[in-house]
Amino acid sequence: MASANRSQAAQGLSLIAPPLGYALLIMAAPLLTILAYSFFKDGYLTVIREFTLENYASVWADPIFHKIMLRSLGVAALVTLVTVLLAFPVAYFLSFAVPAHKKSMWLFLITIPFWTSYLIRVFLWKVILGYNGVINSGLTSVGLIEEPLTFLLYNVNSIVITLAHAYAPFAILPIFIALEKIDRSLLEAGRDLGESRAMTFWRVTLPLAMPGVVAASLIVFIPVIGDYVTPTVIGGGKIPMIANMIQAQMLDLDNRPLGSALAVTAMLIVAVFSLIFVALNRRFLKVRQ
Amino acid sequence: MMKGSGLRAYALLYLLFLYAPILLLPIFAFNSGTVISFPLKSFTTEWFGQMFGNATLRRALTNSLIIAVSSSVLATCLGIFAARASTRFAFPGKGPIMGLIMLPLVLPEIIVAIALLVVLLSLGMTLNVFTVILGHTLICMPYAAVILSTAFNSLDRSLEEAAYDLGETKWSAFRLVILPLVMPGIISSLLMSFTISLDEFIIAFFLAGNEPTLPTYIFSQLRFPKQIPMIMALGTVLVVLSIVLLTIAEYFRRRGVARTGAKDTGGFL
Repeated sequence: MASANRSQAAQGLSLIAPPLGYALLIMAAPLLTILAYSFFKDGYLTVIREFTLENYASVWADPIFHKIMLRSLGVAALVTLVTVLLAFPVAYFLSFAVPAHKKSMWLFLITIPFWTSYLIRVFLWKVILGYNGVINSGLTSVGLIEEPLTFLLYNVNSIVITLAHAYAPFAILPIFIALEKIDRSLLEAGRDLGESRAMTFWRVTLPLAMPGVVAASLIVFIPVIGDYVTPTVIGGGKIPMIANMIQAQMLDLDNRPLGSALAVTAMLIVAVFSLIFVALNRRFLKVRQ
Repeated sequence: MMKGSGLRAYALLYLLFLYAPILLLPIFAFNSGTVISFPLKSFTTEWFGQMFGNATLRRALTNSLIIAVSSSVLATCLGIFAARASTRFAFPGKGPIMGLIMLPLVLPEIIVAIALLVVLLSLGMTLNVFTVILGHTLICMPYAAVILSTAFNSLDRSLEEAAYDLGETKWSAFRLVILPLVMPGIISSLLMSFTISLDEFIIAFFLAGNEPTLPTYIFSQLRFPKQIPMIMALGTVLVVLSIVLLTIAEYFRRRGVARTGAKDTGGFL
């Protein structure tokens, strides 16, 4: 048996080698390079390979970094909250009210917009929310408003709306999967024991769905923080988020060590927030095992 | 029964919210007004004509097709290895290794793009279509692995063993028994990866050098108001193309699930 296991392991490892090698070469090695660069000194058009913590010191001391990082965290938190709250009833509907044979059709319908040109969808939100945009020109021509609504454009609200739209399916799927796993007899038991429908939801369904909610939150929060397109297109470059700052430092200003330190710091902050979030929900995640 | 009628209404409204931008796209693509706003002017196909006459756009399309075909084939090949290894064999470090392969799903693309860019530049490589393929293969690989794992997972292992008992070698059993059964998964993975690559902007933006791809071309035109109606026409074509490809992918995914006799657990991801 031991030799069978060993040959299993050997076969498995040799099969996994090509994708693993690719991920190491194209992703892990570049990420480690960034990590190394963040400790190097910047020379004119080159990088001086001398260990320093200066980059990190200047990232942390930079008030612009604080402002942009806080904005990115705020936007990502708000987008996560909005998407998860809006998505939960849809996931619940899919899992509990849609007949089994129609579920994959609904999921397909929900995921289609997600796969169609991200760039054009973001731009269309700018068109919809714009000063002369669809909402404003529509409302003006109907006569509901006289002056265009300015609170819609070029501000954090419009960034949040656009991102909440873009990441919606990300939030629905994990919650749906968690709801699907719930043993329906538990809910019946709750009802039989005299709980109202609302109380059964609150005390049985919701706690059991929490792993999905936690997963959905992370899956939305992490990519939103690093989003580059939306702040560029919607904010018109006036409301940068952390991805714009990294890009500017790396390419426009060509200070790779500082840009790398910025990227590493941002990733660490995101990781810390994600870990805190998971730790806060530890109680719910344990139930599952 | 009344159960869920409120929820149904909400879900339909939600779908409307999801589709709102896509529904506006063809409206403005066929509208003769040069400004994207209401009220609409008259019907025109001028913007589509403009699109077909644009040389840069044709170049961007060629580049995008080369990139999308190459990355979807590469990502699917790598995905087959990953799916076969993870569904069939136990090996040390399986969890962390699979985690690493799946990491591009959650890693912000800007980080992947910038890191790869820095390394490529310091190696003195010129940026072109090839460097974009490197990046796109990486981000398509996890999707391919997920789709193919579902296909490999629903395989009945006794079929494979029966092939060995009948004297087939490992490779011929794979080719004659397993491959035909997972073929729908492979087609589905190819189409998904193709769609992802065709639509991907960030990596192409950083790694393409001076070569345009469709998304980077669109991005470069967004700041010229005169070009917007043509971009709307292009967007309409792309959206229709994506929907067609995804529908075919979904068809094959379902057929694959049905072929191996497993229960359908739902869409992508």
